Formats: sequence, C-alpha cells, structure tokens
Amino acid sequence: MTVTREMGFADIPELYGRMTGDEKHEWAAASTLPVLWVLYDRVLDVAPDRVDDPARDRFLLSKGHGPMAYYAVLAAKGFLDPSLLDTWTAWDSPLGLHPDRVLVPGVEIGSGSLGHGLPIAVGTALGLGLQGGEQRVVVLVGDGELDEGSNHEAIALAGRLGLERLTVVVVDNASGTHGWPGGVAARFAVEGWEATTVDGRDQDALHEALLTPHVGTPLAVVAEVR
Amino acid sequence: MNTMREVFARTVTEAMETDPRVVVVLAEISRDVFPTTDRVINVGIREQAMVGVGAGLALSGLRPVVHSYAPFLVERPFEQIKLDFGHQDVGGVLVSVGASYDDPGWGRTHQAPGDVALIDTLPGWTVHVPGHPDEVGPLLRTALAGDDRVYLRLSLRTNSRAYPVTEGFTVVRRGRSGVVVAVGPVLDRVLEATADTDVTVLYAATVRPFDAEGLRRAVHAADHADVLLVEPYLEGTSTRLVTEALADLPARVRSLGVQREAELRAYGTAEDHDAAHDLDALGVAAAVRRMFGHGGQA
Repeated sequence: MTVTREMGFADIPELYGRMTGDEKHEWAAASTLPVLWVLYDRVLDVAPDRVDDPARDRFLLSKGHGPMAYYAVLAAKGFLDPSLLDTWTAWDSPLGLHPDRVLVPGVEIGSGSLGHGLPIAVGTALGLGLQGGEQRVVVLVGDGELDEGSNHEAIALAGRLGLERLTVVVVDNASGTHGWPGGVAARFAVEGWEATTVDGRDQDALHEALLTPHVGTPLAVVAEVR
Repeated sequence: MNTMREVFARTVTEAMETDPRVVVVLAEISRDVFPTTDRVINVGIREQAMVGVGAGLALSGLRPVVHSYAPFLVERPFEQIKLDFGHQDVGGVLVSVGASYDDPGWGRTHQAPGDVALIDTLPGWTVHVPGHPDEVGPLLRTALAGDDRVYLRLSLRTNSRAYPVTEGFTVVRRGRSGVVVAVGPVLDRVLEATADTDVTVLYAATVRPFDAEGLRRAVHAADHADVLLVEPYLEGTSTRLVTEALADLPARVRSLGVQREAELRAYGTAEDHDAAHDLDALGVAAAVRRMFGHGGQA
C-alpha cells in the first residue's frame, strides 16, 4: 500500500480523473458518489485490513454500471492502491466497467446485471443473523434497476422477515422510463420497511437518513439526485 | 421404499443437527418435508430471490441447500445461478425434483429435460444424477460437507438396486462389442435392453465431472470403440465429453435421451414418455441392435 496520508473527499476528483481523464466535470455528475462517500466515511464498519473479517459490515453495490465513483472511494479509503486506477479496464487490471469481487479487495459482490444485489443482500443479512453477528448489510440500487422484478421479490421478503440489519439505498435519478408514481419510497413502505427520502447530494442528510431508527424492519433510504 | 426427495429431506435435516453451516432455502415446494426452524427459509413463490438468497447465505459463510421443482430451480432463475453463485465464486447445493417428466400430467411447464445441459454451460459445477434413493444420502452428505457448487437431480424414476457411490463410472457388466453408458435411473432399462448383447455397461450417478478415463478404459478393453450414451435428460448432453475422451480413436458415438426436435404435447405416464423418446427398454434395445448387432455394423 503506497497511501502515505489519509485522503479525503477533496481527493476524489483526481482519483476519478485517473480513470476517465477528466477531473473537472464527470466526478461531480456521478449520482452515487455522495452516498458512497458518506457510507465509507461515516457509516460502514469496514477497513482495508479487515476485508475478510467476518464481523465487518457488508456493502453491496448492486448498480455496478459506472463504478468509477466506487473505485475512487475505495482508493481514497485505502482499499485500492491509487495507481491501480490508471489501469482501469486494461486486460490485466482488476478494475473493469463492472466491479468483480474476486478481483478487487473490499468489493463484496460482482455486479453489472441489474437486480441481483438486493436478493443477495437479503441472504447475506439472514446468514449473518443466523450466525449471531451484529453487522449491517447495505445495498445500493438505482431507481431504474428497480424495474427488475427480482428486486420486488426481495423487497416483499425482507419486509415480511423484518430484516433490521438490512438497508437499501436507492439512488433515484429518475432514470427509469416508466417511473414510480407516488415515489420510490412508497414501494418499500407498503411492504413494511422504514423508508425515507433525502437529497442525494446532501451528505449530512444522507448520513442522518442512514442512521434512521428502525426496529424490526429493514430501512430504505431514497437518495434523490436530480 | 423412501423416495429420493424423502431421503434428501432426511439427510439434510440430520446434517443440520451437526453442521451449523447447513441452511435450506425453499420456494414453497417441499416446505412440508422440512422441520420448522430459522435455518429452513421459505421465501414464498419467488425463485429469483430463492437463488439470490442462497448465494447471500453462502457469502455470509454458510452452506446453502437451494431446492425446488427442476424448471423453477434451474430454468427460471438461471442467471441467478450463473452470476450469484458462479460469478460471485461461492458454493451451494442445488437440489431439484421433477426431472425430465416425472409428472407428465402437468405438461411442459413442469418438465426440465434441459436442466443438466444448462448447468453444463457453467464452469465448476458437479452434477449428480442418482438412480436410486439409497445413492442420494452418500452423494448429499459429501456435497454438504464441501464448499463447491453441486447440482443434485432427484427423480421419482429409480433402478431396482443402488450401486456404491464412487467418483467415477461403475462397470456393471463387461462385454466385447462396445460400451453403453447409462446415467442414473435409465440403468435398469439399459440392462434389459442389452441382456443378449455382448457389451460393457457403465453406470454413472455423477456426470460432472465426467469420468473420461473410466470410459477410455472400458473402450480399450472392448473390440470396437463404439459407445452408446443413454441419459435421462436432453439427448446428447454429454456427447461432447464422450467424443473428447475418445478423440484419438476412430470411435462411433450415439446418444439417447429426451429428444430435442419438438415439444411433446402429451400427458399420460412417465413410461409413455420414455417410449416416445426411445428411452424405454424397447427403444434402447433398438438402438443397441443398430449399433452393436451384426458384428457392430450400423
């Protein structure tokens, strides 16, 4: 590990630019960046030297498309050597256009095909519970991704099972063609989830939402990014 | 005699008493044959979630047993099998019932002759096709103790006797004219069909990995490199592995199985379907005569 100082949010543009060649604009448009930063900076109990620790929290990036913000955050937090970002999408790079858990330390699931992360997160939450752990399981999906029916199997199931350790963050940039009349949060609330909607670019609001008390139910945080 | 499904449920239930890793995921089907415990998770009629939940349990360090009727376990959530188990590189034990046409009165929706062929498109899966309930216990106990990816295909069709579970093929009968490979519950029919023919009969309750070395040994011991493959699912599913095993020989290979050409819109009994696919003793015997009769000339 060549990280010699602790990096912060201010380092993200440069890290992002090492992949895309653009430090000025693209990172700021990344809809997932604020919530990824809040999760890794303030919420998740994870660390680069604990990627195999059973007691770590689990973060599952289900919306694997456009993972540059994720890689940048992982690099800033010491999971990835920043120089690896320069190899992005090269033949022997661990960093592809979709993340692969087998190749990247700290990545909990490989994703890319939509609608897989939430059902897996339900299973992970159940499994950690059976083993008596206290870990939190957080899965990030997109509003467009919610089109996939597999999510709705998992939303109903997690609600009925009252999976308290499970949190879903829906990054809602209104990208779904047919949309969600009445709002995304209502889909979770009707299934018995605690559900809250916040400004997806307001890091303090995201932080507060991710700490919303929820007893005996899973938590959905809808992060609106417009 | 207990059915394969009953042996499956009993074996898993016993394993759960001693192995805290073992956990079961169901989608309603077979919910009544498992005990009520927090380690038997019935997700409702949600097969994509069933497979995804199984993979998530594996990621948390447990050994999931994921079970349903074959089309709803393998075909409907196939991408979940490919990605949530394979791509995530975690293990699990998938156990199906229903096979190719165990309950033909239910029609095409409940038939999965393509299940093994589908699993065969994915790397790293062991595939067991037991031919007798007594073979299920040993196969399953080994699978539960491991951490790899296993597909166990259970059926109501059974042979009259079980064979000891081994890693490779079992030589049931030795002969000179060639080799017949019988997979799982077709063995009795193959033995009846070859009763008057001087052929070696190999029995396989495990088809992946494929015992290429065992097949080569049997072929080399015969006078002709003629192989008839009889599988209880889609015809030709293992043909590529037979031809690869015999790549350096001028071999003749023929495959019997559930025929591919057309959807068979008929009900009746499983035996009726065997006959329609030339998978009954009569149909197998005809193929045996064509391949091994008259000095081995077709």
